[in-house]
Amino acid sequence: MMDGNEAAAYVAYRVNEVCAIYPITPSSPMAEHADVWSAKGITNIWGNIPQVVEMQSEGGAAGAVHGSLQAGAMTTTFTASQGLMLMLPNMYKIAGELTPAVFHVAARSLAAQALSIFGDHTDVMAARTTGLAMVASASVQEAHDMALICQAATLRSRIPFIHFFDGFRTSHEIGKIEIISDHIIREMIDDNLVYAHRQRALSPDHPFIRGTAQNPDVYFQGRETVNAFYNATPAIVQEMMDKFAALTGRRYNLFDYLGAPDAEEVIILMGSGVETVKETVKYLNENGRKVGVLQVRLFRPFPSDYFFEKLPASVKRIAVLDRTKEIGATGEPLYLDVVNSYFEKGAATAKPIDVKIVGGRYGLGSKEFTPAMVKGIYDHLQKEQLRNHFTIGIEDDVTHTSLPYDADFSIEKEKVTRALFFGLGSDGTVGANKNSIKIIGENTDLFAQGYFVYDSKKSGSKTISHLRFGPEPIHAPYLIEQANFIACHQFNFLEKIDLLKYAENNAVFLLNSPYGPDEVWENIPVAVQQKIIEKKLRFYVIDALSVAAKTQMGRRINTIMQTCFFALSGVLPRDEAIAHIKKAIEKTYFTKGRPVIERNFLAVDTTLENLNEVQVPEKTLGVEEKVAERANGIPEFVKGVTIPMMDGLGDQLPVSALPIDGTYPSGTTKWEKRNIADQVPVWEPDLCIQCGNCSFVCPHGVIRAKFYHEKWLDDTPETLKSAPINARGFPQTNYTLQIYTEDCTGCTLCVDACPVKSPVESGKRAINMAPNTEEIRKESQESSRYFEAIPWNDRSKVDFSSVRGSQFLEPLFEFSGACSGCGETPYLSLLSRLFGDRLVIANATGCSSIYGGNLPTTPWSKNAEGRGPAWSNSLFEDNAEFGLGMRVAVDKQSEMDISLLKKFTNELDPGLVEAILTAPQKTESQIRTQRERVGTLKGQLLKLDSAAARELLSVVDHLVRRSVWLIGGDGWAYDIGSAGVDHALASGRDINILVLDTEVYSNTGGQMSKATPTAATAKFAYGGKAVGKKDLALQAISYGNVYVAQIAMGANPQQTLLAMREAEAYPGPSLILAYSHCIAHGIPMEAGMHQQKLAVESAYWPLLRYNPELRKSMRNPFVLDSPGPRKQLDDYAYNEMRYKILTKTNPAEAERLMLLAKEMVKLRWETYERMAETPASGFTPVH
Amino acid sequence: MYEEILEQSTFSSPEALSYFPNVNEYKVGIDDYLHIIEEASKKVEIPIIGSLNGTTNSGWIDYAKHIQQAGAKGLEVNIYYIPTDLDLGGREVEEKYLEIVTLLKKSVTIPVAVKLNPYFSSMANMAKKLVEAGADALVLFNRFYEPDFDIEDMSISHALQLSSPGEIRLPFQWLAILYGRLDTSLAATTGVGSSKEIIKYLLAGADCTMTASALLKHGIPFITHMLDEVKSWMNARKFDSIKQWQGKMSQMNVEDPSMYERANYIKLLKGYQIPSIDARIRNNISRQ
Repeated sequence: MMDGNEAAAYVAYRVNEVCAIYPITPSSPMAEHADVWSAKGITNIWGNIPQVVEMQSEGGAAGAVHGSLQAGAMTTTFTASQGLMLMLPNMYKIAGELTPAVFHVAARSLAAQALSIFGDHTDVMAARTTGLAMVASASVQEAHDMALICQAATLRSRIPFIHFFDGFRTSHEIGKIEIISDHIIREMIDDNLVYAHRQRALSPDHPFIRGTAQNPDVYFQGRETVNAFYNATPAIVQEMMDKFAALTGRRYNLFDYLGAPDAEEVIILMGSGVETVKETVKYLNENGRKVGVLQVRLFRPFPSDYFFEKLPASVKRIAVLDRTKEIGATGEPLYLDVVNSYFEKGAATAKPIDVKIVGGRYGLGSKEFTPAMVKGIYDHLQKEQLRNHFTIGIEDDVTHTSLPYDADFSIEKEKVTRALFFGLGSDGTVGANKNSIKIIGENTDLFAQGYFVYDSKKSGSKTISHLRFGPEPIHAPYLIEQANFIACHQFNFLEKIDLLKYAENNAVFLLNSPYGPDEVWENIPVAVQQKIIEKKLRFYVIDALSVAAKTQMGRRINTIMQTCFFALSGVLPRDEAIAHIKKAIEKTYFTKGRPVIERNFLAVDTTLENLNEVQVPEKTLGVEEKVAERANGIPEFVKGVTIPMMDGLGDQLPVSALPIDGTYPSGTTKWEKRNIADQVPVWEPDLCIQCGNCSFVCPHGVIRAKFYHEKWLDDTPETLKSAPINARGFPQTNYTLQIYTEDCTGCTLCVDACPVKSPVESGKRAINMAPNTEEIRKESQESSRYFEAIPWNDRSKVDFSSVRGSQFLEPLFEFSGACSGCGETPYLSLLSRLFGDRLVIANATGCSSIYGGNLPTTPWSKNAEGRGPAWSNSLFEDNAEFGLGMRVAVDKQSEMDISLLKKFTNELDPGLVEAILTAPQKTESQIRTQRERVGTLKGQLLKLDSAAARELLSVVDHLVRRSVWLIGGDGWAYDIGSAGVDHALASGRDINILVLDTEVYSNTGGQMSKATPTAATAKFAYGGKAVGKKDLALQAISYGNVYVAQIAMGANPQQTLLAMREAEAYPGPSLILAYSHCIAHGIPMEAGMHQQKLAVESAYWPLLRYNPELRKSMRNPFVLDSPGPRKQLDDYAYNEMRYKILTKTNPAEAERLMLLAKEMVKLRWETYERMAETPASGFTPVH
Repeated sequence: MYEEILEQSTFSSPEALSYFPNVNEYKVGIDDYLHIIEEASKKVEIPIIGSLNGTTNSGWIDYAKHIQQAGAKGLEVNIYYIPTDLDLGGREVEEKYLEIVTLLKKSVTIPVAVKLNPYFSSMANMAKKLVEAGADALVLFNRFYEPDFDIEDMSISHALQLSSPGEIRLPFQWLAILYGRLDTSLAATTGVGSSKEIIKYLLAGADCTMTASALLKHGIPFITHMLDEVKSWMNARKFDSIKQWQGKMSQMNVEDPSMYERANYIKLLKGYQIPSIDARIRNNISRQ
């Protein structure tokens, strides 16, 4: 059992000597497998261990592939999407030099109006002119087999190959496949061709030059020299397919036709959609239709000669489906190839072609492609008038490209168990289901398929597992819509998701319920009761949480629910299934110790005693609840677009509903109210010292404070808690700390940050966690309504310089979907409080762009004046340049403002003009005043109504100073965007770079970056990182004119605040390195701030500020804000699994690396200490 | 805890299905311990006794088997169990202990020692039942790590307190009572801070004394120091072998066996003398 990524990587690893890698979704697992196999010493077919090298970007990976190939090694890489785009230049070179290699691609969309991590062929289609041959796999088995066929063919043809399969379908679908033995791989790979490749490599022993520059005299001819190789390639690929068939019995062809031999309507396509069409064709033909499908495997070079061999002569109408969009072309690529093949055939034979060919687009960004859609296309092909360039699967009500189809059409087979599981990411549902697939796939003759759908939130994310089991191979690369087993692992989903719409009649419905079989009925929504009765469902309940508690499993309900599935689904005899589960538990947890295994065993045994069937009453009980009314004042766009997306109805939105250019309203998370926390904070006004620490550290902007005249309390309910403000000079003033319970993730960082301990009640603080009851929720709803009515405190009167003061600033980054307890978002929340109403943000791709910009809802919001952060994400690699571009534009428009405004001295109030042009804008009150002046100016300009006034009005807002921030993670700043960051810093422009340093690529699952510390493990650093972390601070300091700060909020919030304000005020480039604890550190997230403190106390992360302004006045610009080491590095590091792991896997190496790390920390500290004591003249002078 | 941290947020986000390479391959938990037994058994000639804690029955058995396979010559099971359930009777608690011992004896061939607590209604009877269930030795007693309070912030503190010589009386009382009356080996633990406690335990009838606190305080070489002192004590009394004096002060060997019973308590109370005023003043001064 394996997924497509592993299936492809399995072969690629065995037939290569070097893998140059870089993480990118959805291809990262291929590289991760290769890295782990290499670290474990697994050998390739020649008996040596491939070298796996992580590069700083895909551009780097492609360069390393090119170099390695030129030096004679068998080399591969794995990538997708934007990664492939970065490889393009090298791909032309590699192909131009006729170098055998295979690039394995989990095909994915490209970022256009928005980024999409999901699958289609847009990326590979953008690479089709590189000269690489292209082979498409349609299934997990094909991804495995084609990986080998491509490798054999590339060696023989000398043409490099792209082997691609559908990202987030084939790449992540788990299926039962036949593994190719090493013996067969050896048979397929001709060593003589490998030797020939080595012979062609660069060598000083027989030197030659490759990579020349050519002039107009010969370049053209040079391009034509390769034609014969391309002409020969299709035959070579077919020959390799034939050889493979002889060895394995699995037969593939360049094109494969399936369907009626006398079919008149045929669909042509490639990728996983082929499977769907094939199954639909079988079904339709069994039901009297005569249709067919042509699968394309070799797409480049397009083998027209072979194309007609496979198509039946009876074909009259063809729909060519492309999983890409080529705007402006006369059609998508495959369609054009088919049309041209017919055209050329017609031209050659001088016979009229009596075939109608239309092209259509499907499945972009992993849009579902179902048998219903396939039937819709075949039905359309029977129509008199055919629609060309159609779309299927969406409703295009603008340019009317979409074909209609009957969404209820289904070809699911009765003998296939189709199971849907609704769970949370945190409850282990997906893990258990993967385990079930393995159990069934590996221990029975049944075929199994698993596919998992996740939502886009990193906390409280919902998962839906789609599992199929059956006696025949499963060819259904689409989601289950009619299930015969539905499990709901979270009781409260019943109110949120209409999960029984997926149930077919007589299906089994398993519910994890706190209510037993006798009382559950009245406690589930009436609509659910109705569906259970109507569909005659067999209804079972188990109180999995209580079984988990009884068996010391904590809140882990996965094994319990898995046992229920086996007990009820009948996929396997119950006892046999239980035995398998236990065996799997032993295998999974063998290295975790017996107690873990025993707990799981006990949970399995106890489960069966607690699983009960509900005697379904004939009637519903209770009153049908009205759909909960959402808050008033919801903007129309949110009502029409955002809310349907939140409710899982985004697929039904027509084209007209969506913005044309990717522009979406700010601040939509507030409409979501996810209510995901089991425990929420509750404020104790009497104990509180109003320090603001809780609000400062809250990653989700859930805790807010205001002070206000006590008159505001006149008509407020008791739910709005309040206390007199504990500051002098504020008579009749009250303070409220408001908690947005429904937006909380329950991380407890606020409680940890609270310095108060009750003198009379054990363990009580001024903020405490309490169960998230309906009562608390309602109180929070009510009180927040009143809280919001109280105006935010006047920003010009708030003390920006203290943590206490900062709590009174409105956060304009709120309720993001970041991990519970995230270490990055508190910095962003603070940034938004400090400068939110004039912030311009360039955000590198990564965690912060996902929780910052992933639909349906986004957290960057705006204030009552309608101002707030202007946020955008370009790419991963270009963020510094993107932000610098914004700065240049802002500067340019400010400059235009000034010169335009000067022309108005006579027409406008000269005092006003003078004031605007000369006003200082350093402090908040100065900025407020300038805003007012500009407001007046706008009014005056509007009255003038002249061309010059309109010109000035178009840029007038730039007269208020804007704050440009370039934000991203360490993967961006240290690796892929390093050159850009360096260049932006060297520009001298007023930019602020905030690096949220988690020391790994967090968003893609914790791969090593150049910020990963020595002695820590990470993906791609399985054996521990031996090289030191790059000192980006020193690098930036070396410029002299860059403001640099290293901060850690958990260690010193005041220093964090100071650094952010200094960086912003500094009129040149600034760089802030912010220690961000992360789930990938292997810590309980509630300990995040504590770890930050230890990082500083052990001198691993010294707090520092380098301020060029000080150097200007001949003061030492380098300030160390933290004292020398007070704790051992071990005291900090070994609280984290990323360090601890190595002590388990390789204790000797762990010890060696820890010693090395300690030396590095010591040396770094000593260097900083020296710098802190150096006179100003010892630092680069600033002009 | 390890697996919970490693698995947190796995399979939650489509881009990051995990955050660590191949989570299942990390050896955490018992593997380390087995490794130590294996290595220690190879490197020293004295028998290595494995020690384990556990709660479910099957857990004990599999643990025990692994420890035996790793080379342990004996096994100590530390039944660390605080019965907080109001509905759980004393007999049921006793049966839980006995069941564990019976099961363990069936699954390993090395001798099994049971480390137990003193809080049984009838300690002597419980000891007898454990021996009948197959315990090859009894270890008296384990210490529960009772919580302490911080009265400033009214919180519970769990700071580990090393045992002190003042705590040896309870174990050696029961050693002295059980010595010679059960067909089993007896070990003493708790409060061994110097050779004095070793000697006292042996006099009470222990076959073996154990210490960790003394070594934590003074380091491993302190063993040699303590043994030298025991030897000096023996030399001064012309003893050649421990056997000559082991159990000399046990209940069956002392002149007045009632000293170990209630009479002892009454005598003690009667014999207590309130310190003189002078002595109390001296005490107060020294405290100040």
